[in-house]
Amino acid sequence: MNLFFVILIPFVGAGLTGWMSRFGRTPSAWTAGCVTLLALLGLLPSAAAPFLGETLVQRWPWIPDIGLDLALRLDGLGLLFALMILGIGLLIILYARYYLSERDSLGLFYAYLLLFMGSMLGIVLSENLILLLMFWELTSLTSFLLIGFWREREDARKGARMALTITGLGGLALLGGFLLLGEMAGSYDLSTILASGDRVRAHPLYTPMLVLILLGAFTKSAQFPFHFWLPHAMAAPTPVSAYLHSATMVKAGVFLLARLFPVLSGTPEWSWLVGGAGLATLLVGAWFALYKHDLKGLLAYSTISHLGLITLLFGIGTPLAAVAGVFHIINHATFKASLFMAAGIIDHECGTRDMRRVNGLWKFMPYTATLAMVAAAAMAGVPLFNGFLSKEMFFAETATFYTEHDWGWLLPLFVVIAGMLAVAYSLRFIHDVFFNGDPIDLPRTPHEPPFWMKAPVGVLVALCLLVGILPMLTVEPILTVAVASVLQTSSPVHSLAIWHGVNLPFLMSIAALIGGLLIYAARRPLFALAAQLEGRLDAQAMYRWTLGRVIAFAAWITRHLETGSLQRMLLLFVLSVLTLSAAGFVGSGSPLTGIRATLPVDILGVLVTAGILSAAIGTLALHRRRLTALIVMGALGLLIALIFVQFSAPDLALTQLTVEVVTIVLLLLALYFLPQRSPVESSRATRIRDLGVAALAGAGTAALTWAMLTRPFASISDYFLANSLPGGGGTNVVNVILVDFRGFDTLGEITVLALAGLGIYAMLHDLRLQGPTQDADGRPWNWDMHPSIMAALTRLLLPLVLLVSVFILLRGHNLPGGGFIAGLIAAVGLIMQYLTNGVEWTHRRLSDNLHPVIGAGLLIALITGLASLVLGYPFLTSTFTHVHWPIVGDFELASAMAFDLGVYLVVVGATLLILIHLGLMHRASHPTSSNPMESR
Amino acid sequence: MEALLALIVGVLTACGVYLILRGRTFPLVLGLTLLSYAVNLFLFATGRLAIGLPPIIDRNLAETIGGYTDPLPQALVLTAIVIGFAMTAFLIMLALKARAELGNDHVDGRPDPGDRA
Repeated sequence: MNLFFVILIPFVGAGLTGWMSRFGRTPSAWTAGCVTLLALLGLLPSAAAPFLGETLVQRWPWIPDIGLDLALRLDGLGLLFALMILGIGLLIILYARYYLSERDSLGLFYAYLLLFMGSMLGIVLSENLILLLMFWELTSLTSFLLIGFWREREDARKGARMALTITGLGGLALLGGFLLLGEMAGSYDLSTILASGDRVRAHPLYTPMLVLILLGAFTKSAQFPFHFWLPHAMAAPTPVSAYLHSATMVKAGVFLLARLFPVLSGTPEWSWLVGGAGLATLLVGAWFALYKHDLKGLLAYSTISHLGLITLLFGIGTPLAAVAGVFHIINHATFKASLFMAAGIIDHECGTRDMRRVNGLWKFMPYTATLAMVAAAAMAGVPLFNGFLSKEMFFAETATFYTEHDWGWLLPLFVVIAGMLAVAYSLRFIHDVFFNGDPIDLPRTPHEPPFWMKAPVGVLVALCLLVGILPMLTVEPILTVAVASVLQTSSPVHSLAIWHGVNLPFLMSIAALIGGLLIYAARRPLFALAAQLEGRLDAQAMYRWTLGRVIAFAAWITRHLETGSLQRMLLLFVLSVLTLSAAGFVGSGSPLTGIRATLPVDILGVLVTAGILSAAIGTLALHRRRLTALIVMGALGLLIALIFVQFSAPDLALTQLTVEVVTIVLLLLALYFLPQRSPVESSRATRIRDLGVAALAGAGTAALTWAMLTRPFASISDYFLANSLPGGGGTNVVNVILVDFRGFDTLGEITVLALAGLGIYAMLHDLRLQGPTQDADGRPWNWDMHPSIMAALTRLLLPLVLLVSVFILLRGHNLPGGGFIAGLIAAVGLIMQYLTNGVEWTHRRLSDNLHPVIGAGLLIALITGLASLVLGYPFLTSTFTHVHWPIVGDFELASAMAFDLGVYLVVVGATLLILIHLGLMHRASHPTSSNPMESR
Repeated sequence: MEALLALIVGVLTACGVYLILRGRTFPLVLGLTLLSYAVNLFLFATGRLAIGLPPIIDRNLAETIGGYTDPLPQALVLTAIVIGFAMTAFLIMLALKARAELGNDHVDGRPDPGDRA
């Protein structure tokens, strides 16, 4: 259980830290620190298990059907990484408190940092591959936020975007690789996968799977040729670089190599791909690091180079190489994090990181200089520092490789060259920055930073020394268990000692040190050479080019489809639908007419059809005379209700009737503010083309409808018919479906209705429309619009209408009716008052504040559903009982009725909200409104 | 009768499609309303046509499940009609808003007939 909390604590803490920032910078920093400590404490109860040779697995089922469990695992490797993530994270939190300026939101920074920390912990503690991938993607996202933290800077935005693109693409490849791997092993659990190495390696799809997984690992760990995002990510605040590019983000890739080492390694493909990429990255990174004038640029390329080194070690694939790889992961994390922090201090104090200007800082900040020089010496691989130990193991492995392979001597040669370059750029870091004359034209006068900014660097540097001098006492235990879990056997015999005697690796170290000195001495011609070579073989240029082509292609598509003309897009849409459905018709080969018997044609059917057809064509023909077209369409809607009447759908007929009334009133109100005529705009050819398309669409739907109606079918409705009365307590099956069987859908639908009403309310807010003063034929508008007889009649009718609506609501469960219809009837009754008595008169008597009605409706519906949840039934299960009322008689009371009441209120509220507020617009555009009944 | 309904759906679709291809907002709203009629009728028809068999259970024959029309498409269409009203209302308000802010009722907010094909 505790592993779950270890991961959860940073995620929860992120929100807390962000919130705490309102109380100041220090409380926010303290919160972030305590959250990290808490996670560390949560880890402690299990920390002993790996040392006893146990692998702790904690599991909760999540979606077992697809093999996804919330399964976490703690073994030596996971523990090592978790300690690094949390430990260095703690130091970064302390450092960032002093690094970030008052202008930056520290709370936001810590929140992002903790989110990232949680995601990283998730990667290293996942037992399930899919879970691991989710955290992997989360690190891509959160690192995007961190790298782009200074969002006002363009280079930060670009760098963040580039990192996200590259690592995101890698994540996609990784997903494919993981799915293949999981299928090969028969499980997505690491325990199973790690044990099925032989089966996986023998699988025919091994190579594609390996390539996909390596793409994920290499993009994350900035391996050549995907390395170019890392230097651009240096636009991040330095604490981010120190965290992401030493111990965490980029180490996720090599972590994956280590994690899957027992399954994937041991094949020629693995050796060539992993070893090759590692060697290329080692050399390329070291070469570019040498001539970067930016301090962080140097560190970025050196990080790339060291990641290449680790990758190369895993590529070599021997158990001892794995030991060296894990060891170097630890060492690199410590010295690189401290170097980045030192670079941040220098940047902070000098205002620039350009090594051509930052010189001679020894005189200004001797303590920082000492710390940085120790860390740089570790990076160079100088004896007595931790970097020396792992580097010498690395040299030893390449030397062994040399004795075992033809052409194997090339590897030690390349590696020594890379070692020389590493010494040279480390030397440059020391000499250029702290000595080499005086500072040139710095924006600020440098001095020692606050103590607490140096302290994290000091801690890490002390670790570098301790590990370098006393490896057996410090790093040996954790290294052994970590290696044991990488190899899935016990750790091979290795000796961590400073002095192994004069052997080949030692000679290689000496050669690297001397060569590095020589290279640094000859740096000026080399810088000139590098400046000439710059821009060739540039992976970043390829990235830019590819991205540019993709964007251009997308723009081309958009330009041709999204022309800004709705008509054109709709035409394209209709044409595509036509093409696709025509393909379906043509390809099927079955006859258009099915075998189902058809109903005989009766005279009513013919009359209704004739009416509908003429009304539809009338609407089309008269559409330029808008008012006439609208009235014809109203008739059409009423005729449609007749179809529902004829074909056994009384509920639909009632709904259609009431909705039609409301719709036509609404459109009439709106038409008042629109031009009364549509101008002729399209050319004759266009109109004929549109008519042709429309005719095709009509013919298609007619054929489809005919084909469907003449075919028999099996409906799932038997269930509803059989259970409506016993289960739902109602005889009107349509209503029982709405309020009971599919009540959740209905809840969604009334929510949509409520949202539409509120959206319209928002749109009408602040809208000023000018109504016309004369009609389309130039006659002045008649303001006498409230005929007395009609006004009196509607006032009398109102109670009756409301009574009918309540009656329809109550009987809806058993007879045609229900909340929708009743709500519409009530709305029509109320709207009639506005229409006949005028807005002024009605508005004084009826509030236009309908939000509470809608809200109450939604709330009632929701509470009805929740009540059944409280009582232990699924959401919206209904219950019913019969009560005997005096006079009324036996009366059925169903909980679904409360739900229907909610529907009723939402429908009344939303409909009235829409119409009344549109009606109120008229008041604004009318000069005065006279009401004939007003005086009486 | 099936043929008549198919004809109705076809003609409503055709008229609707022609109207939504017009360049002004009001015909577009009319066209969409016609199209929603057509869609509602089609959805309703997926339960096939039946005369005189409303889906109201007769309590005296409650044990039998035959003899009723399919209630499911009716429930779907009932809410579709109401949602269709909400959509029409939203659309026409958008049209009003566009008219107020852009000064014309063209679907693309461009009044000049010259650049329309």
